[in-house]
Amino acid sequence: MPFGYVSPEQQMRDKADYARKGIARGRSVVVLQYEHGILFVAPNPSRALHKISEIYDKIGFAAVGRYNEFEALRLGGIRYADINGYNYARDDVTARGLANLYAQNLGQIFTESMKPFEVEIVVAEVGDSSDEDHIYRLTFDGSVFDETGLVAMGGQAEAVAARLKERYREGLSLAEALEAALFALTEPGGERPPADQLEVAVLDRNRTHRRFLRLNGPRLERLLTESVEPPAAPAPAPEQDAPPTAPEGDIDTGSDA
Amino acid sequence: MGSHRDLPAGMVNHIFTNSGVSSFTEFVGAYAPDLLPGRNETLAAPVGDRIPHATTIVAATCAGGVVMAGDRRATSGNIISQRDMEKVFRTDEYSCMGIAGAASTGIEMARLYQVELEHYEKMEGRTLSVAGKANRLATMIRGNLGMAMQGLVVVPLFAAYDPEIDGGRIFGYDVGGGPYEQQQYHSIGSGSIFARGSLKKLYRENASPEEVVLTLIHALYDAADDDSATGGPDVTRKIWPVVAQITADGFHRLSDEAVGVHVQTVLDKRMSSPDGPVAPLR
Repeated sequence: MPFGYVSPEQQMRDKADYARKGIARGRSVVVLQYEHGILFVAPNPSRALHKISEIYDKIGFAAVGRYNEFEALRLGGIRYADINGYNYARDDVTARGLANLYAQNLGQIFTESMKPFEVEIVVAEVGDSSDEDHIYRLTFDGSVFDETGLVAMGGQAEAVAARLKERYREGLSLAEALEAALFALTEPGGERPPADQLEVAVLDRNRTHRRFLRLNGPRLERLLTESVEPPAAPAPAPEQDAPPTAPEGDIDTGSDA
Repeated sequence: MGSHRDLPAGMVNHIFTNSGVSSFTEFVGAYAPDLLPGRNETLAAPVGDRIPHATTIVAATCAGGVVMAGDRRATSGNIISQRDMEKVFRTDEYSCMGIAGAASTGIEMARLYQVELEHYEKMEGRTLSVAGKANRLATMIRGNLGMAMQGLVVVPLFAAYDPEIDGGRIFGYDVGGGPYEQQQYHSIGSGSIFARGSLKKLYRENASPEEVVLTLIHALYDAADDDSATGGPDVTRKIWPVVAQITADGFHRLSDEAVGVHVQTVLDKRMSSPDGPVAPLR
């Protein structure tokens, strides 16, 4: 056996360990279904560098890990979606197609290059009903997981997912879903991140044209106060003003700087 | 945005390695140039009258925004080829464009332009300025000049809400590009000379959006009255002009019912005075 020989199995294991360690260093991101669509929540102190983004009309993207790597994936995904929507029709762009493209590229990078991507991403598509929602989680080696209900990824992903499962049920209102996400993202006894350190977005099936909407500023704060108020025992049906289907104030459909 | 040249060798897909212009058109030009309008081989002879043409588009600013309206008729020579054509397109949350001229090229241009604006917004995380949007459209028209010489002329009218001035802005173009910013109101297409005359008399500074909608419907009525290629309101089929309004609240296309009410108002008035409202002489 030549000097310095490393078996393919060992190489793969090393790369996987390396990628996992890189991903585990960062903060978590959670993605979960709620009554009217899909909610993305990420603790993120940066106002310019996003972990959550719009890819296309019904498709959102969330990522953890190395910023430059998932940013390349995000931009590539937007190019893929726009070119297919332009070439065929807007409805022909699907999260499944996008997940396959990402899987191909991540898999190829993992096997062929020295350094794998240290990323984990979610591609989510909102449908006309919650049964038609699709949430795909992709890992650094190109594996695709078809998830339902909720996903947690990044550092402490397992603990976060466990806490999220405690609070999650089908058909949560937006405020309840946000509350569940924050509960999951906060370590027991820890302090919740303030609104300006949160990146929150929804894919709201009741919106038209572009379903992706970033929630920030006063609207997010209102939602946060709504979510911490304990639900009154014989819940007087919280006058759930319909979720923000129309923009109030600044319209922010895409990612803002 | 930096180049992704240092990506692993396996990642050769252009979609990922394209070095990062935020323009969709430029990306498509490198990735799949055949998808771009105006890149077709030049035709042996002008096709002029044989393909459907879209006709009159009018736009005027209102208090806090801008309104655009288009008739629904498409003609091929002397034939009416479509009665319910859409010529006003939402291009993003705060802008729209109307097309006059070769319908095929116009629709293709509107589709591409819509993706162009959205693509930039998603890639860069900010929307283009109004001037940026207007210039981008000018570049596309310039790219179509070759086809325009073959009879596939398309001239758009662009309108946007500008948050800087909290008001609407209108840009007109010629086949060579432009853009020419228009004050207050503008009109394009074969019926535009008549529409513009009408607008000149009926336009009021800072009128409410509703009043401007009425003004534009009057202008389209006058265009249809004198231009055979412009369709008037189709009362029997209930086909009304497409009217789009853009204010701080974003783009809003008026429902057929809402436009129908305004059209009925105009028609009622015209029953007694066929030439429409009279502007004061002194």
